[in-house]
Amino acid sequence: MSRTESPARLAVRKTYKLYIGGAFPRSESGRSYAVTSSKGEFLANASRASRKDARDAVAAARKAFGGWSGATPYNRGQILYRIAEMLEGRRAQFAAELADAGTKSPGDVVDAAVDRLVWYAGWSDKIAAVAGAANPVAGPYLNISSPEPTGVVAVVAPDDPLLGLVSVVAPVIVTGNTCVVVASERAPLPAVTLAEVLATSDLPGGVVNILTGSVKEIAPWLAGHMDVNALDLAGVSDPGLAVACEEAAAENLKRVLRPAPADRAADWAADWAADPGTRRLTAFLETKTVWHPTGI
Amino acid sequence: MFEYAPAPESRDVVDIKPSYGLFIGGEFTDGTGTSFKTVNPASEEVLSEVASASADDVDRAVRAAREAFGTWSAMPGSERAKYLFRIARIIQERSRELAVLESLDNGKPIRESRDVDLPLVAAHFFYYAGWADKLPYAGYGPSPRPLGVAGQVIPWNFPLLMLAWKIAPALACGNTVVLKPAETTPLTALLFAEICRQADLPPGVVNIVTGAGETGAALVNHPDVDKVAFTGSTEVGRLIARSVAGTHKKVTLELGGKAANIVFDDAALDQAVEGIVNGIFFNQGHVCCAGSRLLVQESIAEELLEALKRRLSTLRLGDPLDKNTDIGAINSAAQLAKIRELSDHGELEGAERWSPACALPERGFWFPPTIFTGVAQSHRIAREEVFGPVLSVLTFRTPAEAVEKANNTPYGLSAGVWTEKGSRILWMADRLRAGVVWANTFNRFDPTSPFGGYKESGYGREGGRHGLEAYLDV
Repeated sequence: MSRTESPARLAVRKTYKLYIGGAFPRSESGRSYAVTSSKGEFLANASRASRKDARDAVAAARKAFGGWSGATPYNRGQILYRIAEMLEGRRAQFAAELADAGTKSPGDVVDAAVDRLVWYAGWSDKIAAVAGAANPVAGPYLNISSPEPTGVVAVVAPDDPLLGLVSVVAPVIVTGNTCVVVASERAPLPAVTLAEVLATSDLPGGVVNILTGSVKEIAPWLAGHMDVNALDLAGVSDPGLAVACEEAAAENLKRVLRPAPADRAADWAADWAADPGTRRLTAFLETKTVWHPTGI
Repeated sequence: MFEYAPAPESRDVVDIKPSYGLFIGGEFTDGTGTSFKTVNPASEEVLSEVASASADDVDRAVRAAREAFGTWSAMPGSERAKYLFRIARIIQERSRELAVLESLDNGKPIRESRDVDLPLVAAHFFYYAGWADKLPYAGYGPSPRPLGVAGQVIPWNFPLLMLAWKIAPALACGNTVVLKPAETTPLTALLFAEICRQADLPPGVVNIVTGAGETGAALVNHPDVDKVAFTGSTEVGRLIARSVAGTHKKVTLELGGKAANIVFDDAALDQAVEGIVNGIFFNQGHVCCAGSRLLVQESIAEELLEALKRRLSTLRLGDPLDKNTDIGAINSAAQLAKIRELSDHGELEGAERWSPACALPERGFWFPPTIFTGVAQSHRIAREEVFGPVLSVLTFRTPAEAVEKANNTPYGLSAGVWTEKGSRILWMADRLRAGVVWANTFNRFDPTSPFGGYKESGYGREGGRHGLEAYLDV
């Protein structure tokens, strides 16, 4: 070895932060936690979000709701498609992060996540035709039922750091909801990288807000938050925590999508590679029925 | 006001037994709880003594429903359909009897039970009968399956109609049911049990357990119930949502409301006045979707209020069985006390109270049609569900302000919009966070049309294709 040879280049690491209202803040609590690879190697210090971060995220989601739910379905569909484009462009980066997290065939998983986004993007201007109706009432009235987004949805993402995450976020936002997502606690880094994708996809800030940290700590605050309209418990694996969250959600009658029961995991789409169906779309939709008399 | 001669509907058409048991497994049986009396709220006369179902009785009913579920769910949909068509026909045949009994037990005017409740009840069974053999085409997959045993708890404001909303879709989808009618209005549900027998409905497919809140809690919390359907207060809805946490039970809740009825300055004034009256004084205001907050554009507020007061002075309050009666009795002493308490509070908070000159009968539970003006959004009468003939009047200047005020409530069941401008109707309808929006009409219902709320008014829809989802494993 020659004395003049330069040392191997030191990599520039990324700081993994939260994603709230389109910005990337650290946790206001100043806390972080070490994320390791499936082999136990140190990867990064991720932010450990607090109750205050959760509340900030809900406020950002609420603020974004009017504009996003009022956007045309065509526009929302294009933006979801744009997210797929941006994700495709970062295929190698995500594959590497998934490999670190222990995901098998990571490249295929990234492809599946891209395809999932494209699939949901197309639903934006079709779900109303499937879930809505012109009702033949017995009287001189025009009577139309249309699906509308339920509002701010709190999502606990499954421990499937990219495909699972995309599979719960896309159906929530494509119909016009906004959301606060708690990323996989074990493998949160792909979620933060996905936030970079979202931030460069014309998705308005606040439509998706991503928190990393302790699910057990953050989820109950979101479940009990009075300005959250619905709760997706997909990623809650502790039955006691799921019950506590569902109970807290009752306070303002949140719509709750329960985690898959162990005995029915497959048909509850916990198998994230399976055809998701429309269940995750309709779970966060309200039906509005408008009556108007006909006459001259 | 013109003097009308009394035109009472005869009550001879109903035969009320001195006492009633529970309807379990196709038979009337005694309950082991302490029986209770049901009274005519217009006279405080005791109509009958009704069995109260204990937790053991509820368990018997759930077991009967479970036992019946196998055959009922396996039966071809076309056969289930025929049972439901039969029930619809018997309801039509016995509609006079059912209407009179409903008005006696509930206090609502016979004109409403005869012309609104009963036709809708029959229509609801007729509508869902037709779905029973068409479920694969309903958009819930090629062979959607029923859930199992449905525990259903219904309120006292539309006893038979709420029964129809619950039982018809449940049976069409292949579920069996245990239904608890409200404590103060059990009689038409018990007559419905007799109709099930006339229709030869297999035993155990429909079970009726009477009782108060504890009976309802025993039903909702029974571990072998697969589906809970509840219509009633948001307070109880919350308890139910908590109690089913962590179970497999599917839940639909149709809860309270505080609907805004919004009148713009270009609205057809006389039609709007009729709509406001129908919105809040229909069924004594015992309507979850009642238009209890009138939002009127400032420029026409004075004129509209004058016309409204004139119209209220012509409403006839009194004997529910009189065919001229517009406003019947308040359903119970407890409800009357609640309406009084909230109304008194309205005055305390500074709103101005007005009622037409209106003599109240000496016996029974009565409350005159009442308007509050000068109401602020923070007043209890503008925020809490009164569930009585009490209208709070607020004003607005711009459409945006109307939307803001209309949505300023934890509820989201219904709303009304009155304007001659079509584009404004649609603009408003887009922005109102409510499950039903009536434009230039109010309080319309139809079995083909989904009904249900946003936010704290509950979740799930009843009616239409959407109403099937609540009773299918999807």
